[in-house]
Amino acid sequence: MLETIQMEYYLILSAVLFTIGTIGVLTRRNAIIIFMSLELMLNAVNLSLVAFSSYYGDSAGQIFVFFIMALAAAEAAVGLAIILSLFRLKKTVYVDEVNIFKW
Amino acid sequence: MNFTFIFFIVAGTLAIASGIVTIRSKHPVLSAVSLVFHFFMLAALYLTLNAQFVAVMQVLVYAGAIMVLVVFVIMLLNLGDEHSLKERFSVQKIIAASLGIVFLLQILAIYFSFSSGKYEISEKSIQIGTAQGIGKELYSNYLIPFEAVGLLLLAAIIGAVILAKKKID
Repeated sequence: MLETIQMEYYLILSAVLFTIGTIGVLTRRNAIIIFMSLELMLNAVNLSLVAFSSYYGDSAGQIFVFFIMALAAAEAAVGLAIILSLFRLKKTVYVDEVNIFKW
Repeated sequence: MNFTFIFFIVAGTLAIASGIVTIRSKHPVLSAVSLVFHFFMLAALYLTLNAQFVAVMQVLVYAGAIMVLVVFVIMLLNLGDEHSLKERFSVQKIIAASLGIVFLLQILAIYFSFSSGKYEISEKSIQIGTAQGIGKELYSNYLIPFEAVGLLLLAAIIGAVILAKKKID
C-alpha cells in the first residue's frame, strides 16, 4: 500500500513544515526571518486544508486557503510596515535589541 | 511506484529542505530565495491534490506578491549577516529545538493514532479545484466572507501606509 498517497502523508508533511516554522520563530532574532517563518507555518496549515478538501471532496478547505492567502497578504503589508518603522526608530531589526516595553 | 507518488516524495523532500534553509541561513536574502522555492514546491504539491486554482494563487500571491515585498524590505534595510551571540542564545536554541521536537511528536502521535482510511483523492476534487468551482462557491455560499476580506485588505493598505510613512513635523 506504499504506492498510493494516503491523506496521512500530506498531514505528516504539513506537521513537519509547521514544526520547522515554529523552530524558526523561536530561534531567530532577525524580525524579517521570523516573519518568513510565520509564512512557513501559514503554508503548512494551507497544505493540510487542501489535503482535507481533496480527499473528502469538500470545497470548504480550498475556500479557507483562499481567505488565508488574502489574510497573509494583509499581514505581510502591515508586518513589513511595522518592521520598517521599527528600523527607522531603533536602527535594528533584531528582536532582542528592541526592549522599549522592558521596564 | 507510480509517477504521482515519486512526484510527491521529491516535492515534499525539497519543500522540507528549502524550509530548513529558510530558517537556518545567516543572510536574509538567501532565506527569502529559498522561501520562494518552498512556495513553488507547495504549488507542485497542490497540483498533486487536484487543486489547480490554489496552486496558481500560491505562485501568484505568495511567490509573486508577498516575497517581492519581503525582498524589497530586505534591500531597503540593507542588512548584513546576523552577528551571532553564541553564549546568550545557545540556551534559547536548545529550548526551542526541544519544544519543537515535543510539538512535532505530539502532532505525529495524533496522526498515527487516527486513521482516516482515505487512500484515494475524491472524484469530486477535480471539479472543486478549478477556478470555476472555487468561483461558484465564493460568489454564492461565501459571498459575505469574501466582501469582508475586501474590507480587510483595504484596512491593511491604509494601515501599512500610515505605519510606513515618514513623520512630517
